[in-house]
Amino acid sequence: MIIDTDVVTLSRLQFALTALYHFLFVPLTLGLVWMLAIMESVYVMTGREVWKRMVQFWGVLFGINFAMGVATGVTMEFQFGMNWAYYSHYVGDVFGAPLAIEGMMAFFLEATLVGVFFMGWDRISRIKHLLVTWFLALGTSLSALWILIANAWMQHPVGAAFNPQTMRMEVTSFSEVFFNPVAQDKFVHTVSAGYVMGAMFVLSISAWYLLRGRNVDFAKRSMTVAASFGLAAALSVVVLGDASGYTVSLNQKMKMASIEAMWHTEPAPASFTLFGIPDVQQRKTHFAVKIPWVMGLIGTHSIDETMPGIAELVDAAKGRIGNGIQAYDAMLMLRQDKDNVQAKATLAAHDQDLGYALLLKKYVDDPRQATPADIQKAADSTIPNVPVLFWAFRIMVGCGFYFIALFAFSFWKASTRQLDTQRWYLRLALWSLPLPWVAIELGWIVAEYGRQPWAIEGVLPTALGVSSVSAGQVLTSLGGFVLFYTALAIVDVMLMRKFIRKGPDGLGIWPSSSSPSPLAGEGEELAAHSRQSAQ
Amino acid sequence: MFDYESLRVIWWALLGTLLIGFAIMDGFDFGVAGLLKVLGRDNEERLVLLEGIEPTWEGNQVWFILAGGATFAAWPMLYAVSFSGMYLAIALVLLALILRPVGFNFRGKIHDPRWASLWDWILSGSGFVVMLVAGVAFGNLFLGVPFRFDGDLRMSWQGGFFDLLHPFALLCGLVSLSMLLAHGACWAALKADHVIAVRAVKIARWMTLLFAALYVLAGVWLAYGIPGYAVVGPVVTDGVSNPLYKQVAQGGSWFAGYMQYPWFWIAPLLALVSAVGVQALIGRRSVAGFIASSLMVGSTIASAGFALFPFLLPSSLDPRSSLTVWDASSSRGTLQLMLIVTAVLLPIVMLYTSWVYRVMRGRITLEQVRKAHGGY
Repeated sequence: MIIDTDVVTLSRLQFALTALYHFLFVPLTLGLVWMLAIMESVYVMTGREVWKRMVQFWGVLFGINFAMGVATGVTMEFQFGMNWAYYSHYVGDVFGAPLAIEGMMAFFLEATLVGVFFMGWDRISRIKHLLVTWFLALGTSLSALWILIANAWMQHPVGAAFNPQTMRMEVTSFSEVFFNPVAQDKFVHTVSAGYVMGAMFVLSISAWYLLRGRNVDFAKRSMTVAASFGLAAALSVVVLGDASGYTVSLNQKMKMASIEAMWHTEPAPASFTLFGIPDVQQRKTHFAVKIPWVMGLIGTHSIDETMPGIAELVDAAKGRIGNGIQAYDAMLMLRQDKDNVQAKATLAAHDQDLGYALLLKKYVDDPRQATPADIQKAADSTIPNVPVLFWAFRIMVGCGFYFIALFAFSFWKASTRQLDTQRWYLRLALWSLPLPWVAIELGWIVAEYGRQPWAIEGVLPTALGVSSVSAGQVLTSLGGFVLFYTALAIVDVMLMRKFIRKGPDGLGIWPSSSSPSPLAGEGEELAAHSRQSAQ
Repeated sequence: MFDYESLRVIWWALLGTLLIGFAIMDGFDFGVAGLLKVLGRDNEERLVLLEGIEPTWEGNQVWFILAGGATFAAWPMLYAVSFSGMYLAIALVLLALILRPVGFNFRGKIHDPRWASLWDWILSGSGFVVMLVAGVAFGNLFLGVPFRFDGDLRMSWQGGFFDLLHPFALLCGLVSLSMLLAHGACWAALKADHVIAVRAVKIARWMTLLFAALYVLAGVWLAYGIPGYAVVGPVVTDGVSNPLYKQVAQGGSWFAGYMQYPWFWIAPLLALVSAVGVQALIGRRSVAGFIASSLMVGSTIASAGFALFPFLLPSSLDPRSSLTVWDASSSRGTLQLMLIVTAVLLPIVMLYTSWVYRVMRGRITLEQVRKAHGGY
């Protein structure tokens, strides 16, 4: 079997592009929906109409974004089968379950309720509508939970074992898969990041209204919700990001060392390189500015454990490749004679390293024929792209600390009722709008690009996971996605701009003066919009 | 709890249930979208039709997502082989599905007749693509598809998009299209303003007639023109999931199962009786008519599944590689866990889905739409 490297490259490109694109919309849905739930709760508790109108206005924007999230989400599920057929076969027994459960437990819930959220205002009682919104919010976060359980298994494949007769990984313990510690940290980190994005979205757009002197009451209330929700979320995203870093360093040592551009093991506790230019050729980092102890504390939560460097991890990989070859040999023997006791014992001893032998398939058809040079190449291939990870991680973390500062300041401003006293603050809030997107996309690049060359860490190399399709086919679908996604991005931005510019006042949702009574009769257009916002 | 054999049969039935759920629930959305330009003569009428499916289509589409997810979890090889093998056909369906969520949401966001009309065409076209391709894909299952496994169970496929367009497969595409257009028309007859409902009744009648004729034709063709597949030698129903452990011969009849288990005949007979039921009921009692068309959709898919049993995906290139219920499933533990999860969650899903339908019940009138949209 020869793997076509063009197909691998194109399939990876397509998956990366569609996943990053999908995740432009998902976190905003995750965050905005809780803001809607909070606003509607205030409405139900106080009975003040403005809060309902806030839910309806932000709901229009939520609806546009939700539609994009749903549209681009289907692609992700299809792609495993379309482009990663061997992956689907090899790990479907484990990986498919959380995806299917996501559909049943979460996506059904949100997709079924979203129609009632938009179109049910006049059909059900206030309390029931509030419950619908809460369950909608719950559905979106549960959806993230199951997807991240699946993703966490790619980073840290627990509770499964290789079966030589079916040539795939099979579940040995579902509780280990579902309660994977990586999944828990990733879940809270990822949804918190989404909450930050939702909060930033509301904060920035409200700041724009205040800069224009429009919708002042409306915007201030919205900002207050965003500031408090955003502060909690920003704190959580950084704290859980730290927990996430800790689990990465336990389970994906190579990813951790690459993020840090730590070419060689340092004495504990390792220092954190704040700035530097990682040099892949020479395997060193130029102009490094180091902060002592910090990396050791992040990575090991201790001061006396060492963290292995890249060179040491490559050596370790070589050893695992050697074991893997033995496992591979035993596997082939078992294919001839499934009762061969000795082969069974060899496989059982080394099956956790079988994936390392599969790394050799890129260089040689039969891993048992590999030369020392092949083994060296395969071991070197376990190093991900260090400069990209190094910088993506630092920018992401920098954004995280900035979010804490901005939301803490906003919270103070909201608490002291000074939200619209300083224009520079409002401008800062407005121009911070893109940062959550930057941080979140970079976060996924660290997580997934940092996982390379593995599709499933230590189990299945990415290159082996592809389908037996032609490069032309993948190019065709990739072209289709680029075309459709570009057109949809243009429409999405155009509609978002249109409705933000119109604002609650222009849409007749809430009068622009501070008078508390809504304009009679002008809610019609809004009613129509929120009705059409259904999907 | 259950043995491996029973779990496999249960999951085969569940896969069928999910596909039928998808075809019934989302099928009428596709049908209505496909008929949008025919049933709705102006923008207001089309708004009536769209509002009739808008609050619920999204939940309906999850049946499809779930059928995909459940196939991944319970029948990973079927998922891997069919999705990668029929690559461009699946990509086409995917692009059509991408346009639906945005279409429903974006259509009313700009008040311009050209904008609305553009999305009407897109929604309509995407409905047609999905209805047709689904049928064509099903038709190919009977013809067998050109794939084989190597020793690592890596699949290779010899053939392209146009190889899927065999005349029998195209006929199956038309069966699917007429069936779902009829089903969509029945929903419109139930849900839309009387002006539109009258038209919908007419279309529903014509389409069920067409469906019945094409369905019988496909059945006759299948019986006399398409050779079946059969597992030869010992059939191991609780062995490991490795398709290469068995032997398969081509040349029997796809109706062998019907001869062996005569109760299978209930499905095709019910499909035809329901078609008659739609004719009789849709004009007078639209709810009963819609139930009849739902039965028609469900029993049609069941009749195809019965004929294929125990095959999921026969291989014309290397019959031994064919996927069957007995050798393409997940491990016993996964099937068992997923069964428990499904048994707990699916009833809850049905519960809140029916609540949503109850909240959103009632005919959408032109009056309502004019009041709410002021023309758009």
